[in-house]
Amino acid sequence: MTTESVERFVADFSRNAASLPGADVPWLARLRRAALDRFVARGLPGARDEDWKYTSVAAIAKRPFAVPVHSDSAAVDVDGFALAGMASHRLVFVDGRYAPSLSHIGRLPAGVTLESLAHTLQAAPDALEPLLGEDRYQTVFAALNAAFMADGVYLHLPRGTAVAEPIHALFVCTAPNAAIHPRNVVVAGEGTQATLIEHYAGLDGAAALTNAITQLFVGADASIGHYKLQQESARTLHIGGVHAAQSRSSRLESHSIALGAALARNDITTSFDAEGCEAELNGLFLASGRQHVDHHTRIDHAKPRGTSREYYKGIVDGAARGVFNGKVVVHPGAQKTNAQLSSRNLLLSKSAEIDTKPELSIDADDVKCTHGATVGQLDDNAMFYLRSRGVDEAMARALLTYAFAHDVIERVRVAPLRSMLERVLVERLPHGGHIRELSAEESLGAARHV
Amino acid sequence: MSLPAPKLDDLISREYRHGFVTDVEADALPRGLSEDVVRLISAKKNEPAFMLEWRLAAFRHWRTMTEPDWATVRHPKIDYQDIIYYSAPKSGKTGPKSLDEVDPELLRVYEKLGVPLKERELLAGVAVDAVFDSVSVGTTFKAKLGELGIIFCSFSEAVQEHPELVRRYLGSVVPYTDNYFAALNSAVFSDGSFCYIPRGVRCPMELSTYFRINAKDTGQFERTLIIADEGAYVSYLEGCTAPMRDENQLHAAVVELVALERAHIKYSTVQNWYPGDKEGRGGIYNFVTKRGDCRGDDSHISWTQVETGSAITWKYPSCILRGDNSVGEFHSVALTNHFQQADTGTKMIHIGRNTKSTIVSKGISAGRGQNAYRGLVKILKSADGARNYSQCDSLLLGDRCGAHTFPYIEVKNATAKVEHEASTSRIGEDQLFYCRQRGLSAEDAVSMIVNGFCKEVFKELPMEFAVEAQKLLGVSLEGSVG
Amino acid sequence: MTGAPMLEIRNLDVRVDDKPILRGLDLTVNAGEVHAIMGPNGSGKSTLAQVLAGRETFTVTGGDVRYDGRDLLASPPEERARDGVFLAFQYPVEIPGVSNVYLLKAAVNAVRRHRGEAELDAMDFLALVRSKMKLMDMSDELLYRAVNEGFSGGEKKRNEILQMALLEPRLAILDETDSGLDIDALQVVANGINALRSPERAMILVTHYQRLLGYVVPDFVHVLSQGRIVKSGGKELAHELERRGYGWLESQAAPGAASDATR
Repeated sequence: MTTESVERFVADFSRNAASLPGADVPWLARLRRAALDRFVARGLPGARDEDWKYTSVAAIAKRPFAVPVHSDSAAVDVDGFALAGMASHRLVFVDGRYAPSLSHIGRLPAGVTLESLAHTLQAAPDALEPLLGEDRYQTVFAALNAAFMADGVYLHLPRGTAVAEPIHALFVCTAPNAAIHPRNVVVAGEGTQATLIEHYAGLDGAAALTNAITQLFVGADASIGHYKLQQESARTLHIGGVHAAQSRSSRLESHSIALGAALARNDITTSFDAEGCEAELNGLFLASGRQHVDHHTRIDHAKPRGTSREYYKGIVDGAARGVFNGKVVVHPGAQKTNAQLSSRNLLLSKSAEIDTKPELSIDADDVKCTHGATVGQLDDNAMFYLRSRGVDEAMARALLTYAFAHDVIERVRVAPLRSMLERVLVERLPHGGHIRELSAEESLGAARHV
Repeated sequence: MSLPAPKLDDLISREYRHGFVTDVEADALPRGLSEDVVRLISAKKNEPAFMLEWRLAAFRHWRTMTEPDWATVRHPKIDYQDIIYYSAPKSGKTGPKSLDEVDPELLRVYEKLGVPLKERELLAGVAVDAVFDSVSVGTTFKAKLGELGIIFCSFSEAVQEHPELVRRYLGSVVPYTDNYFAALNSAVFSDGSFCYIPRGVRCPMELSTYFRINAKDTGQFERTLIIADEGAYVSYLEGCTAPMRDENQLHAAVVELVALERAHIKYSTVQNWYPGDKEGRGGIYNFVTKRGDCRGDDSHISWTQVETGSAITWKYPSCILRGDNSVGEFHSVALTNHFQQADTGTKMIHIGRNTKSTIVSKGISAGRGQNAYRGLVKILKSADGARNYSQCDSLLLGDRCGAHTFPYIEVKNATAKVEHEASTSRIGEDQLFYCRQRGLSAEDAVSMIVNGFCKEVFKELPMEFAVEAQKLLGVSLEGSVG
Repeated sequence: MTGAPMLEIRNLDVRVDDKPILRGLDLTVNAGEVHAIMGPNGSGKSTLAQVLAGRETFTVTGGDVRYDGRDLLASPPEERARDGVFLAFQYPVEIPGVSNVYLLKAAVNAVRRHRGEAELDAMDFLALVRSKMKLMDMSDELLYRAVNEGFSGGEKKRNEILQMALLEPRLAILDETDSGLDIDALQVVANGINALRSPERAMILVTHYQRLLGYVVPDFVHVLSQGRIVKSGGKELAHELERRGYGWLESQAAPGAASDATR
């Protein structure tokens, strides 16, 4: 079945290659072909691949995903996904293609480029040649993305510039069995600042395959905030990669909030290519029903004096399955590394399942590295405390579960995004209705430290 | 960290203490493995039919399997046809009935090893079942243990004297289908230890076995089976030394522990394998499958090990927590120096209700040593109320060694609580200087800090083993300072 | 104060990573004397203390140091310690996993072995250490904690003096022992130091402030500036420095001292 699927992708590529952006750019056409060949050579991953041990992608083979035909984007209602209360630059992509009528890019500092990647590939592709070819973690899906990539966000920040307002990239699908391969590229020059929010939202009933790759090139002394919010329909399959390369004294903060999709797999990696880098990776995943959510992160401390903090929480309910694998690799010579990783998980039902594996590979000695992982339930002491204050059991559970998740959401720096996430969380969690009634700060304060 | 030149050289060139070869004539089979070799081994041991059938089934299954390949452990390919699978020292009789009948040359070998049987017999009160190159030689204290109904003898003897027990339990914890080396071992194992503790009996002494690999190219295939019946208790010690050799030697043992209701088995290992020289040549390949089945409710199995040396180590002492309220423990210190590699860890499988497991793993890497911990905590759907706590700490001495931790945690039950922590540390130059300014030599300071690091594991060892373990660490760390 | 000096430093040059820190330092200390070494930050005070103890991050590029007439620089740190040199660290390091009592006993016995004295067993040692702890107003509980782990600043400094009391050194070098201490802790530490003064023992107090010297009155005060001793005097010199600061001395630095910053 999987070979059939691979063939389907190949056929789809032949059909669409000529209409992909930059089809007439020789190096790009070559890059796409080579990527497709790599995909064909390796095929879809199976259980024997260590990195896919707990996650089956058989579902991809089961449906006839294909590049969607352009639809009338003006008819799509995306207001429900907007970030209220804050100025932002919004780029909306419908079925994988930029929809200018639904988007709004405000004033940008001089020299900054923020546009649809398709436009860049058509108008000025050469700057992208060294960047698109860079594929450090050669997963099969990254290769597939390189072959099919049609659009996404291109952000280029020349030295010293800063974009104050967050950049909200919203991806929605309308066509049935749409296969979209968004590619986002951020090139942050020396001393720059910006925040990118990648938001994958599902309109009801949509059943798409999203295979997204985001590349973050973080220059020396730059500070980049990145959010990936995955809020797709229950029938969508989402495979994503966020790959960052950091230069001297740069800072990357990346948050992954995974709430929806039948199958979600996110590979989030960063590499400290020079001294003094900092990275903070936060994540929250909620899986219920029969969902499957998988996060694989990797931080390469390739140079000295790097600091990394990773904080992931998972809540699994129903008959769902959560997977987390956090690798921290300290290369020889990477002295004075300081790395911490924490994976904490709650199982809420009999049939829920969690597989977590925090990994540490250390080849330098003057380092401070710790990691911890827990799987468990809500704290008995906290439960008792709430009930002794008159809160009934169902409400106490709801509050503590909310507090458990909120801990990660608290770290979101973009205020309207945080508010939106709080709302979504309340809707998603069991007994959410109870929380809405009692979401006064004081009650939460008590429940917070689970 | 520099000591005055002469001292440092002296430390580095210290010879491996137990490096010597014994010249006892061996009754060895030609190299290679085939069904005929399996039959020959069984015939030499005069085994009943069920044993031969079991060996043959295992051999046939082995032929269908492929050797496993682990990412972090590098070794040159093993040629299984280039090994001698059986070697027994000729003694002229069918077997010694008491120590007096043991070949005096062999007794002298034990002296050299630091296991003077007579001394042990008098002072420590420890029964020693000494295995020498594939055949058991001498068992002390058989009579004393016999009074309590405890059976402690060589595996070969158990097959002869207690076949019904062997038949009932052999392969019930590690079936030959389990893995490549278990299949190989099941086909060609030559000997090992057998122990049975009857109902309600607490074994009054530590049981121990010393064994070595000796004859050139002889792989060592030991098989150990320990059964603690309801309410029984036994503490078993395993310690090994090996002589200096140029070629690599293969060691593929299988250890099966069965704990019935309310029984407790404590299995301790202090292992001193020839580590390969400073360039990493000539060490031992150590592929061992050790597994304990907490079969009965309220049963308890603990694995404690201190390992140094060994070119390649691949062992995962595991516990199957089947019975309700059963407890599994794993305490380990693994030290790699020079070019040693170790890939070790444990598996705790929670099946019954209210089961509990504790894992404490301390890895020390020095020189260019590479230490990997690979653990699995698996909580099945049925394991209501399961509890696990794991702690993996790495101590790095020097900037050219490595430590790797790969803990797999798979939880399928929402009432389980699993907690895992790992940390890395080093012995800093300032800590060493502080100790030296207080009058301790650098060596002693390292030794003190390393012992502090391993404290939690050492206190699980029976006293005499703990002392030996500390000395062993000291010897193994030589040359790591500076 | 008869006989040869206990410690003679002549024209000592010390570098760290090619940066010169001590440039031609001279100092003579006799048994029974308490010398205070004062100076601005960066003058090389701590370097002097650590070089005397044998810290290998510093390189001696000139001059010599004689301890009881023997070349001190030729011995490794533990030998100097066993010969009676003690350094109370400015920042005592933590050693997780090793209990305080264990380290103390190992150290005491290492010195006793060296002197040809019988080692103390656990019981005798415990009795000895308890009596000294009373002196330092320290609780028993600190004995069983890992060395300096979770100790407050004051507890760490008192632990250093406790060790000094147990090891009975001949030359005690106290590196900024008063830094970070409040009045009460300072008093306890000072009492401990004073109790250890004796005609057979010499002490070097390295300090930036005059504060400690009010409690532990020195026989000699030296000012270290830009790597060498630029002024020596009696205890009044400390008061003068307190009033006037270090600036006036720096301009009086002996000819030949380079003016490049040693910061």
